[in-house]
Amino acid sequence: MFYREAGDFSTTYPQDSQTFPIRFDRYRYYAVLAVAVVIMPFVMNDYLVNAIFLPFLIYAIAAIGLNILTGYCGQVSLGTGGFMAVGAYACYKLMTAFPDINIFFHVLLAGGITAAVGTAFGLPSLRIKGFYLAVATLAAQFFLVWLFNKVAWFYNYSASGQINAPERTVFGVAVTGPNTEAWATYLFCLVFTVLLALIARNLTRGSIGREWMAIRDMDIAAEIIGVNPLRAKLTAFAVSSFFVGISGALFFAVYLGAVEVGEVFNIQKSFIVLFMIIIGGLGSIFGSFAGAAFLVVLPVVLKLVGVDLLGWPTDIVAHFNLVVVGLLIIVFLIAEPHGLAQLWRVAKEKLRLWPFPH
Amino acid sequence: MKKLGIAVVAAVMAAGPVMADLVFPSLSYRTGPYAAGGIPFADGYADYFTLLNERDGGIGGVAARVLECETGYNTEKGVECYESTKGEGALVYQPLSTGITYQLIPKATADDIPIHSMGYGRTSAANGTVFSHVFNYPGNYWNGASGAINYLLETNNGDLSGKKIALVYHNSAYGKEPIRTLEELQKKHGYEFLPLAVDHPGQEQKSQWLQIRRERPDFVLMWGWGVMNQVAVQEAANIRYPMENFIGIWWSGSENDVLPAGEAANGYKALTFHGVGSDFPVFADIQKHVVDTGKAAGAGDQIGTVLYNRGLYAAMLAAEAAKKAQSIHGVAEITPAMMRDGMEALEITPALQEELGIPGFGPNFSVSCENHGGPGLVGVTQWDASAKTWSLISDFKPTDTEVIGALIEEDSTAYASENNIALSCQ
Amino acid sequence: MPEQFVWGMEVFLNGLMAGVLYALVALGFVLIYKASGIFNYAQGVMALFAALTLVGIMEGQVPFSHLINAIFGTKIHHFGWHAPALLAILGTMAVMVLLAWLVQRLIFRHLVGQEPILLFMATIGLAYLMEGFGDLMWGSEIKKLDVGLPQGINLAIDEFTYNIFDYGFFIDNLDIVATFIAIALVGALVIFSQYTKQGRAMRAVADDHQAALSVGVSLNFIWILVWSVAGFVAMVAGIMWGAKSGVQFSLSLIALKALPVLMLGGFTSIPGAIVGGLIIGVGEKLFEFAIGPMIGGATENWFAYVLALVFLVFRPQGLFGEKIIERV
Repeated sequence: MFYREAGDFSTTYPQDSQTFPIRFDRYRYYAVLAVAVVIMPFVMNDYLVNAIFLPFLIYAIAAIGLNILTGYCGQVSLGTGGFMAVGAYACYKLMTAFPDINIFFHVLLAGGITAAVGTAFGLPSLRIKGFYLAVATLAAQFFLVWLFNKVAWFYNYSASGQINAPERTVFGVAVTGPNTEAWATYLFCLVFTVLLALIARNLTRGSIGREWMAIRDMDIAAEIIGVNPLRAKLTAFAVSSFFVGISGALFFAVYLGAVEVGEVFNIQKSFIVLFMIIIGGLGSIFGSFAGAAFLVVLPVVLKLVGVDLLGWPTDIVAHFNLVVVGLLIIVFLIAEPHGLAQLWRVAKEKLRLWPFPH
Repeated sequence: MKKLGIAVVAAVMAAGPVMADLVFPSLSYRTGPYAAGGIPFADGYADYFTLLNERDGGIGGVAARVLECETGYNTEKGVECYESTKGEGALVYQPLSTGITYQLIPKATADDIPIHSMGYGRTSAANGTVFSHVFNYPGNYWNGASGAINYLLETNNGDLSGKKIALVYHNSAYGKEPIRTLEELQKKHGYEFLPLAVDHPGQEQKSQWLQIRRERPDFVLMWGWGVMNQVAVQEAANIRYPMENFIGIWWSGSENDVLPAGEAANGYKALTFHGVGSDFPVFADIQKHVVDTGKAAGAGDQIGTVLYNRGLYAAMLAAEAAKKAQSIHGVAEITPAMMRDGMEALEITPALQEELGIPGFGPNFSVSCENHGGPGLVGVTQWDASAKTWSLISDFKPTDTEVIGALIEEDSTAYASENNIALSCQ
Repeated sequence: MPEQFVWGMEVFLNGLMAGVLYALVALGFVLIYKASGIFNYAQGVMALFAALTLVGIMEGQVPFSHLINAIFGTKIHHFGWHAPALLAILGTMAVMVLLAWLVQRLIFRHLVGQEPILLFMATIGLAYLMEGFGDLMWGSEIKKLDVGLPQGINLAIDEFTYNIFDYGFFIDNLDIVATFIAIALVGALVIFSQYTKQGRAMRAVADDHQAALSVGVSLNFIWILVWSVAGFVAMVAGIMWGAKSGVQFSLSLIALKALPVLMLGGFTSIPGAIVGGLIIGVGEKLFEFAIGPMIGGATENWFAYVLALVFLVFRPQGLFGEKIIERV
């Protein structure tokens, strides 16, 4: 009743192949987008944007990126943190070297540079598979972090070894640096998130996405039916790294503003993004969003409930936080191994039949 | 999920109490890899304000409220903590982590809230003309490096030429802090300098200590943190490096760092900018008003440890700055901006230390608009493994401000030009 | 240069010793992976948890005392006893067996037949859970672990090598002990898996679950057994590493040191874990010794992974891993 495709007819090919073929879906996404663009900027404050929305939007980009690689192409990667660092440092170098160019292009270029680096580190995937590959990508993680820490050129020889985002504007409104408005940073990240999500959605529906999925499901079989594994795997690494690089650039320039590579882009970052896509659902764009939202919002909510409402000591709440996150991951996997995205699909199925389930 | 989050946030924010007290946020880390260092500091910070409330009825008649927020030494959680506490009228932030400090420097400056990064954070923040809202008195890492060299000069009849000094450092921005200073001082004093990087977390340092054993440096300095400290002290003991020639920075000089090595750590030295032990009148007050009344923040077993004292001292400096602000502006309920003025006018004198019940606990210093770092006086402590106590073996002495001043000037001007900061104090 | 060569030998020997310690951690991974196909990320946290429990029992700490104090306003900390090391080790072992049973019963029984990545994910959840739980139970301050292991330079070796090379080698006594314990451990594991009924059953399960089931091997029992053995190995690793640095949170990070070892040796091979550990230990130490000073040092973390990666490019299943046979 609430969700149906009855009465949805496609009479032309473009209609049939649009991004969201079901009308209800389409309108729902338009509505969410309208709320996000029109209403949310007005209710944004510093707390909401810095504690919840910026990390959510940025992690969502990283999660989509990793999901393309892991969820769609089946190559498990634990180098996400390192690739985010590439994005961040590329963005910093570009921002300081070409201060007159709009930051928007810096971020995109940072993504491009990360894509190149990611492709290079993706080469071993042609030989190495499964968990071996996952551990092999850790080489990228550790090496990149070491490199950015060691080579002073990357942080412009500053005595502190940290990188700081100088103020940059878009249409005269500051989006990086200390004097930003909450709504501006929010909208800046939102634009990237929406654009990249659309790109990802369409890439995964197209021929390249099918190649990725064929490789994921069984690479030898895919090769036999004519999928070029070199092309498929390397494009997956490139596209994934592009996304991850952009998220790293935004993470540094817009969200944190100051970064030390070993602290911010360490291996925990790689793990947390992997958790996001597994909790959210492998091979699902919606799942990337759901997983990012889950892992960003959950600790905040637990903290608010534990510390502010119940007044428990902060350390006990923090320990419980770990216990609860751990428990939830396990319970989720047992109850629904395919993540939040699968719950969503099941809910849609139910709604399709409701109120006459039989 | 989003909506739920907003609803909860809104509810909590609406339920927040009205501003009627002086809020001191404590971005503590009682969990995570550095918890052992974070717990005593947070306890000390909280206990001193409890003491003020219990004994004196607050600061200038207004109750102090410590708002604790757990960061786990994680930058992102630190951001969340900052945003969630700043609305409550937070007077001064102690970010307690290099990453969070760097994070907050531009943010807090824009929000007109002062930061006190005591003995950590951005060293060049000592230049108040560039960093108007950041304070790092009474000492910074470069003071520390110079203080160590000065101490070695003193113990070697003023001559270090031909001596070899190794630096074992955490391979991060924090660990690399002293290298520039030590290189500058090397030109001046003619010692040989050998930096040795240890990768995070620092559980495995065999390579570095084998190298020390081969190269036989006369002295070893250490900039370590977390598990790296304990392993380094143990490895030094293993290769039978003479402990009295091994000097750590103040973050490598707590009970946590030497206790796991037991007897072998005897004689290990560390720099400090505040007193050690619980042999000060203020501790009697804490016992009476805080511990015995059951209001202590922790289990009470940390009192008198190095990091507890550091937290206590941080709280004390914050409270004194608040008092100063109250007297400058003539109001009891000060704002963060007033607090900043108070910090800039802060003056620690022997008489004041006497009055606070900490005679000789810290160096005497005064802060000015240009100089947010104080004079940078550094003392040296030594560990006695059988008594399990640290003792101050060298009083708080001046450091090479000529060399450090030039470095601070250079780094802060670079920051100012990169971020278009107008210089103040002129 | 002879001096460089002698130093290199010292570094080599120390690399071997470090490798043994890495291998100890890696062993736990291999045991579980072989028997159940689970890549157990929680192995490092298990080592931490075991070491925490060991210290807790030895010192007579009251579990959850912090929580209890916070809720009831009490002031309890210790029972007031000091248990001898051996007793405490037995007690810890009992806890680890209990843990194995709980893990099997509450988590992995419900996940039989799932994809490897999901099992891996579940162990990550388990790692979080145990980390929070361990902290709640025993507190997060650093604890001194003293089970009476010797530490410090071995003077006999120092003197012996001094007479030969005019330079005394440094070998840590703890490393020597660790080596003997590792040898004993592997020996015991081999005997157990070759000559006991349960051990044979364990190998049968590792070979083929269904075939093992059909001849009457209880999978449940075997898995609990494997997790218990892995818990025991984790405890040994926890003791060795904890003796160096005190028992603290960072102990769980030793898992990261074991991953390149696993990769190199193969996930499924116990000799692989040992040989891999030795290669990684020697490789990273020699690299840091020879190349490290030129490029700024602190290379060990990434070099271990790069070394393993290079090996993998030539042998994608690791040195001793089962050959990956793919069919369409």
